[in-house]
Amino acid sequence: MYPQEFEYFCPETLEDAVGLLSKYGEEARVLAGGQSLIPLMKLRLASPKYLIHLGGIQGLSTIEEQDGMISFGALTRHAEVEESSLVQAKLPMMHDAVSMIGDVQIRNLGTIGGCLVHADPAGDMAPALLALGARVNTLSSNGKRTLKIHELIVDAYSTDLGEDEVVTRVLVPIPQKGSGGVYLKFERRAGDFAVASVGVQISLQKDGTCSEIAVALGAVGFTAIRARKAEELLRGKQVDDVLAKQAADQASAEADPFSDIRGSAEYKRHLVGVLFQRALKIALKRAGGEEVDTVHL
Amino acid sequence: MPQAYRSVEITVNGLTYNRQVEPRRLLSDFLREDLDLRGTHVGCEHGICGACTVLMNGYTVRSCLMFAVQANGAEITTIEGLAKNGKLHPLQEAFWENHGLQCGFCTPGFLLSACELLERNPDPTEEEVRVGLSGNMCRCTGYQGIVESVLAAASKMKAQK
Repeated sequence: MYPQEFEYFCPETLEDAVGLLSKYGEEARVLAGGQSLIPLMKLRLASPKYLIHLGGIQGLSTIEEQDGMISFGALTRHAEVEESSLVQAKLPMMHDAVSMIGDVQIRNLGTIGGCLVHADPAGDMAPALLALGARVNTLSSNGKRTLKIHELIVDAYSTDLGEDEVVTRVLVPIPQKGSGGVYLKFERRAGDFAVASVGVQISLQKDGTCSEIAVALGAVGFTAIRARKAEELLRGKQVDDVLAKQAADQASAEADPFSDIRGSAEYKRHLVGVLFQRALKIALKRAGGEEVDTVHL
Repeated sequence: MPQAYRSVEITVNGLTYNRQVEPRRLLSDFLREDLDLRGTHVGCEHGICGACTVLMNGYTVRSCLMFAVQANGAEITTIEGLAKNGKLHPLQEAFWENHGLQCGFCTPGFLLSACELLERNPDPTEEEVRVGLSGNMCRCTGYQGIVESVLAAASKMKAQK
């Protein structure tokens, strides 16, 4: 399996990369870690004439804390995110999600920017970052922009990025103390994409009332979905089992799954409810300061 | 469109090679065809089986999911680089002693994944071994022997330290 011939560029600055993309337009593709693009090229589902590899650009794989956010260079590899003590301590939901991506070899090459821009409906990073309220910085010939996750990813495998626009950094707000987050994924085989996944970030007041909550569903729609009506049921309430079940049913209703090799739409909808209830329990424990391990379910 | 060849400098098992490659040359084929290092096996060719796993700068990558140009300047270790001075690596010995291989096709990839695993976690539990090796497949289904081999190698390597 060999890709079609292409011309290869390895620019040393972001400006040069944008310049090449402006020049070659839709015949060019950006290569980051290549763990999605190269399989597509080998199957000739993608046959770019010009491949712009970002690996030669310095400073795109740093993880820094600034102004209440953690900022990731777009080329930060999943393995680096997974091993980051900052992420483990301050963004447990993101740590859960990143450690469930593919397998070791994929996480060693795949990048945070690459997986977001690939916009696979079953990707793990987008739902977690959607629930966390993350944003991305981009650069193009028109200058810089900042986009929220749902503004970046507009459809399956489709982003709002212009032809010469690249994601440069991913910015994730650090949840306040008293907030707990978790990402749970159900997969049939090790390393596979999710059948369904759920991310929950919940903040509690001192008396245990839910002050803020974000719920994101993965692999059950063309993009990651915020289950806003389920959130609405919980906001301002004390969470008990009855309310959790109602919210789970609501989250199931908000999912928009399709039947495929990984399961029927009906099954995935059911799975969303089950995963949501499990996730809510863990998020509540974490909000209370308890350490809870998440494993592959 | 003529495809311009690119110069790459890649260090493999301690030897530095300068070669001209087509940009679409996969690292796996660069190793096997250009450098004649055929220990790296090519199985599924689309990022599932892990047979083509090599170490790049100390971490495992699938050489069939990388272009050789992406490895420019990198240090690669293949299965040929594991034994030192005619002596097998403790993991190789453990695979030999614990029925860690049947047909052997997946073995180079498993050994290199196990290398990275033990480098990061010298004392893994059985579950950690299984999770750590989940990016490699054995079509003979000899996973039990493979897991036992890695656990045996871990205790042997700990004792040697």
